[in-house]
Amino acid sequence: MLQALADGLLTGAIYALGAIGLTLTMGILRFANFAHAEMMTWGAYMALGVLTAFGLPTAPLGPLTFGWPLLLATVVACALTVALALLIDWLVFRRMRDRVGHLTLVFASFGIALLIRNVVHLIFGGRATYYTTELQIAVRVLPDLRIMPDQVFTLSLAVVLVIAVHQFLQRTPLGLSMRAVSENPSLAVINGVSLARVVRWTWIVGGALAAVAGVLYGVAVQLRPELGFHLLLPLFAAVILGGVGNVVGAVVGGVLIGLIESFSVLVIPAGYKLAIPFLVLLVVLYLKPTGLFGGTSGGR
Amino acid sequence: MTALLSVAALTAGYRPDLPIINGISLTISAGELVTIIGPNGAGKSTLIKAIAGLLPITDGTVTLGHQSLVGLSPHLMSGFGMAYVPQSDNIFATLTVDENLRLGALPLPRSQARAQISAAYDRFPDLVRFRKAKAGNLSGGQRQMLAVARALLTGPQLIMLDEPSAGLAPKMVEEVFGHLVTLVRGGVAVLMVEQNAKAAMRISDRTYVLAEGRNRLDGPSDRLLEDPEVARIYLGQAGGKH
Amino acid sequence: MLGVAVYLVFFLIVVTIYAIMVMGLNLQWGFTGLFNAGVVGFYAIGAYGTAILIGPDRAALIGGFEMPFVVGLLGGAIAAGAAGLVVGLATLRLREEYLAIATFGIGITIQLVALNFGALTGGANGLIGLPRPYFDLFAVSNAYNLAYLVCVIMIAGLIYLALERVVQSPWGRILRAIREDVTAARSLGKNPTLIRLQAFVLGSAIMGLAGGLYVGFIGFVSPIDFLPILTFQIWAMLIVGGSGNNRGAILGVLVVWGIWTASGYFIGQIVPPGYQSQAGSIQAILIGLVIVMTLLLRPRGLIGEEESVSSHARKRAQQAYKKKPEP
Repeated sequence: MLQALADGLLTGAIYALGAIGLTLTMGILRFANFAHAEMMTWGAYMALGVLTAFGLPTAPLGPLTFGWPLLLATVVACALTVALALLIDWLVFRRMRDRVGHLTLVFASFGIALLIRNVVHLIFGGRATYYTTELQIAVRVLPDLRIMPDQVFTLSLAVVLVIAVHQFLQRTPLGLSMRAVSENPSLAVINGVSLARVVRWTWIVGGALAAVAGVLYGVAVQLRPELGFHLLLPLFAAVILGGVGNVVGAVVGGVLIGLIESFSVLVIPAGYKLAIPFLVLLVVLYLKPTGLFGGTSGGR
Repeated sequence: MTALLSVAALTAGYRPDLPIINGISLTISAGELVTIIGPNGAGKSTLIKAIAGLLPITDGTVTLGHQSLVGLSPHLMSGFGMAYVPQSDNIFATLTVDENLRLGALPLPRSQARAQISAAYDRFPDLVRFRKAKAGNLSGGQRQMLAVARALLTGPQLIMLDEPSAGLAPKMVEEVFGHLVTLVRGGVAVLMVEQNAKAAMRISDRTYVLAEGRNRLDGPSDRLLEDPEVARIYLGQAGGKH
Repeated sequence: MLGVAVYLVFFLIVVTIYAIMVMGLNLQWGFTGLFNAGVVGFYAIGAYGTAILIGPDRAALIGGFEMPFVVGLLGGAIAAGAAGLVVGLATLRLREEYLAIATFGIGITIQLVALNFGALTGGANGLIGLPRPYFDLFAVSNAYNLAYLVCVIMIAGLIYLALERVVQSPWGRILRAIREDVTAARSLGKNPTLIRLQAFVLGSAIMGLAGGLYVGFIGFVSPIDFLPILTFQIWAMLIVGGSGNNRGAILGVLVVWGIWTASGYFIGQIVPPGYQSQAGSIQAILIGLVIVMTLLLRPRGLIGEEESVSSHARKRAQQAYKKKPEP
C-alpha cells in the first residue's frame, strides 16, 4: 500500500508538471493542445540528443543515476522545446487564431502532435532508451517502502518548480497579466495587456515545464517516441479534474491521477492502467465538468 | 472648442460584410459629458467597441487628439489616453480588488502606479475594505465602482462607458453618475452609452441619438429632453415619464 | 497478371471499407462539426463486436455466439453507436474539445481492452478462425473476394445514398444550421444537443459497421489492426477530399490510401530491414503534413459548405431577438 502511495506520488509529480503547462495553454490560449504532451517527448529526446552528441561523461551525482551533464542537457532541452513551441505557434497557430474556430486549432494540434512524434521516431528510432545504463538500488526506508534516490530528486524538483510557477503567477506583473487573460482576454486587452506577449510567455513557461517533465519521465521510466502520446490522457484528465486554467488544480489533479493509477494496480490487472485516467475523465465530465476547483474559462 | 475625439463616417461590425454601424459621426471635447442613446440594436455598444479598437472598422476615421486610432491594437489605447469600461464582465472576478487595480495600472511606471492606486482608494473609499477580496464577491454597485476606478488609473483624457447604470439600484446610479460629473469638471471627457436615457441626459452636455446603426438626432441634452420626437420614439409612448 | 488483379481486389475492398468510415466521420465532422479524435476506437468496437458475435464457440472465450453474419454486423454497429452515446452524453453539453479528448480516450482504451481482456478479445493474439460469410458458396477464394468487393461496394453505395437523403431532409438542414451557429439555431427553437448526439451516434455506428465488414473479409481480428495511426489516416482522407461532401470523401480515400501503400512499398524496397520501422514514420509525417497544410491553406474548406445556411439562420435570429420586449 505504502509503495503504491510513493509510486503514485512520483508519477503524479510528473503528471503535475506536464499538466501545469497544459492548463496554462488551455486557459490562456483557449484550446486543448494535443501537441503539449509531444513537447515532453521532444524535451526528453533533446536532452538525450545533447548527451549523446557531446559524448558527455555520464558520471552520476552521488546516489542518483545521472550527473551534471543531464542537468545541463535539460536546460538546453528546455530552450529547444520553447523554441519548438514558439515556432509552431508562429507557423501554425498564430495564423489561424483569428480566422478559425478553436476546434480547428485543436485539430491542427492533433496533426502537429503526429508530426513531432514521428520526427522523433525518425531521428532516434523506436526502441526504448535510457539516459544512463546505471542501475539504481532502491533504499528500503520502511518495511513496506522502497524509494530510489532518483525518485526523491524528481519529487523535490517538481515541488520546487510548482512553487516557483505559483509565485510567478501570483506576484509578478506578467503572472498577473496571464491570469487576467485566462479569465477574460478582451477585458485584459482593454486594461492594456498585450495579448501577443502573454501568448509568447505562455508557450515559454509551458514548453519549459513540459521539457523538464519529459526528462524526469525519461529518468523515472524510459524514453520512447510514444512517451507523450501515452501521457496525453493523464494530462488532460488532470487538467479537467483540477479545473481548466487553474494551476493549483492541475497540480492536485496530476497528483490525484498518479495516486489513483497507482492504487488501481492493486485491484485491476496492470495492463489496464492507462484506462484509469480515461475513466476518471468520464466521471469528472459527467459529475462536475468545471473540475474540483473551478476553472477560469472552464466548461460551458 | 476643438474636439478631443473625432469620429467620422464610421462603419464597423463583427464581420466586414455585416456592418452594424454605418457612417456614424460624433465628436467630444475635453470636459464634456456626452451621452449616446437609442433603441436596442441601434449599434451604441458597437460604436464604442469600434472606437476602442475591439471591432474591425471597415470605413471612416477615428481620431483622438492628433492620433488616428483606426487599426490600432486595443491594448495600446490606454497609452493614448483612452479608457473603456464595458457593460458586463468589466472586472476580473477571480482576481482580488487590489489585483484588478494593479492590472489596470500595469502600463504605468512602478511609483506612479502605486500613487494612482492609492488615489483610486481615496476616490472610492468603499473599496478599501474589499482590497483582498475576490472581485466576484462584490455587489453590482461595488463592481461598477471598481470598473470605473480601474479605468481612471492611467489618467485618461477620455473615458468611454457602456451602460454604467445597468443593473444598479437608483441610489447607486446616482453615486456613479456623481463620480462621472466630478470627472468631467476635472477636465476629463466622458462618453457614455446609456439605456437609462433620461437620467443620463440630465447630467450630460450633449446627446447623440442613434437608430439602426446611424445618426438620427444630436444636440444639447436639455434641448433634446424637451424634443417630442426623442420623447416619442426613444423614451416610451407615455411621454417619457421616468 | 492474376496476382495484380488479386491485389487490386484486396486493395479496393480496404478502400471501400475505409470510405464507409470516412462517410461516418463526415457525418460527425462535415455535417455536425464534431471532432472525433478516436475514430479507430469505434472501428475496433464494431470489428470486435462482430467477431465476438459470429465467432465459433471456444472454451477459453466468453464470446463466440456463432450468430449469422448480418446479426454480427448489426451488433458491432450498435455497440459502436452505444460507445458514441456514452461519450456524447458526457461531452456534448460542454466545450467542443471535450468530445475530442473523450473520443481520443476511447481510442486508447479500446486498444487496451483488446490487448488485455483476453477472455473476450483473445488478447494480443486476437480472435481467429472467424467464419467468412457465405464462403462455402464459392469454389475459388478469388471469386469470393470479388463477390465480397461487390457486396461491400453496394453497402457503401447504400450508405452514401441514405446519407445524401438524410442531409437533404429537415433533420439534416437543422444539423447544418447548428454547425454554423449554435445560438442562432437554438433561437429557432431546436434542441441542438439532442440532434448533435443523434448525428454522432449514427456516425459512430457507421464506423462500427465498417469494422464488421473488415472482420467478415479478413476472418480474424487482432489489436494490431487498430493502431492510433488509423485515426489520422481516416482524417487525412476526409480533409483531402474536402469535408461536408461525401463524394470528395471517397476520392480522398483513394488518394491517401494510394499514397500510403505506395510509399510503404517504396520504403520496403529501399530501406534496409533494420530501419524500416523508423522509415515508416515518414509515412506518418506525410499524413501529418497533409492535415496541417490543409488546415493552414484551406481552413474554411474544413468547415465546408456555403454561408447560405448561416446568414439565413442569423437573420432569423436577429429578427427573433428584435421581437423580444425591451429590458
